[in-house]
Amino acid sequence: MKIAVKVNGRLYESDVEPRTLLAYYLRETLNLTGTHIGCDTTSCGACTVLLDGEAVKSCTVLAVQANGREVMTVEGLEQNGQLHPVQKAFWEAHALQCGYCTPGMLMASYALLQDNPAPTEAEIREALSGNICRCTGYVNIVKAVQLAARELSGEGQEALQEVEAHGASSN
Amino acid sequence: MFPNAFRYEAPATLDEAIRLIAEHAYDAKVLAGGQSLLPMMKLRIAAPAVLIDLGGIGELKGWRETEEGLRIGALARHADLERAAALYGRYPLLSRTARWIADPLVRNRGTIGGSLAHADPASDWGTAMIALHAEVEAAGPEGSRRIPIDDFFVDTFVTSLEEGELVVAVHVPAPSGPVAARYMKLERKAGDFAIAGLAVHIVTDGDGRVAEAGIGICACGPVPLRAAKAEAALVGRPLTNDTIAEASRLVPEDADPADDLRGSSDYKRDLLRVFALRALREIAEELEGRASIA
Repeated sequence: MKIAVKVNGRLYESDVEPRTLLAYYLRETLNLTGTHIGCDTTSCGACTVLLDGEAVKSCTVLAVQANGREVMTVEGLEQNGQLHPVQKAFWEAHALQCGYCTPGMLMASYALLQDNPAPTEAEIREALSGNICRCTGYVNIVKAVQLAARELSGEGQEALQEVEAHGASSN
Repeated sequence: MFPNAFRYEAPATLDEAIRLIAEHAYDAKVLAGGQSLLPMMKLRIAAPAVLIDLGGIGELKGWRETEEGLRIGALARHADLERAAALYGRYPLLSRTARWIADPLVRNRGTIGGSLAHADPASDWGTAMIALHAEVEAAGPEGSRRIPIDDFFVDTFVTSLEEGELVVAVHVPAPSGPVAARYMKLERKAGDFAIAGLAVHIVTDGDGRVAEAGIGICACGPVPLRAAKAEAALVGRPLTNDTIAEASRLVPEDADPADDLRGSSDYKRDLLRVFALRALREIAEELEGRASIA
């Protein structure tokens, strides 16, 4: 079946089998391998992308359901060679261990901050509850989202100094 | 994991969907949000030859208040109902239930109609709709009909929908007075299905007596269940500590939990009692000033 999907601002027209899952379409047809497939059972969130601006698990959406719609993947965060503030914050706060879950974490965090620019820790944990980090490195991930929120609201420098002074993984 | 190959249909209208369902009958499955169906298809538990995607049918989306209450379209997503601030006052159980369903990413896709039609015994919406005394609106080649929620769930993953029918909406009656509600559930991990759960919906009259009581039980039987004895013990009485304690003791009597790896049936019954106690106490406190607590 012919589909037309705008991914990270670029229109792709493809012929896909109806059973193709969006995650596999992104990875194998478009070669956008930043979207990871972890559990394949709608549990882990490594495949999280934005579909018309909403965070969804792309292993549980058919590519044909994205026909005529917009998708944003982790590759869409970086602009003109500049990391997105959410990506920078994950770097600064060392919000990863093995990094496999990171693309999904970044997309879920990005979606959260679009809706709620100043989330509480509880709201961050709730928003990321569909994303599993099997290294269980959640503490720094939460810190990174807090850091990104402050960065996006213009308090970034101060937040960064705090991280540098105290270390990301202390307290 | 890939689903079996299937033919994909994306009807633009309800009539077209009904025609396709009639044409393909048991070879077809209807796709709403896909958050239960697609995992089943990936695991090859379901392997429909034809998949009828309702996603493009505008008339199944959104909700509107009617003279009798609220009509929620089958394609209303969990996240839509979670965030519908306009419904918090009169229909508080909707957002209180929605926030317990799976995780935010799944809630962005899953729909209330899909959830009800799937008929999981741990269905959060099924449990809440029992508490709300809702009716399911089904449509088929013969026209549409309303099915009281107590007649809708027949058995695990089995509803009273006739062949060729699909869920188009759910109707929630308007509360007749001040209303408060709670949804409580114990999960093994964040976003999981319930070990046991409870939906409580209470409407009071001008004197602080319970005018309407609805209590649904989750994951403690082949279908979501109604705590009818506890409801009867509440109606007409004020929400005092004694009334609350008595109703809470009665809730497990209508439950039929199984012993499994998540807990014994006795444990689940006691969970229901504790949830009912907490929920009713919180509701009484919330209604305080309108309802008395002694």
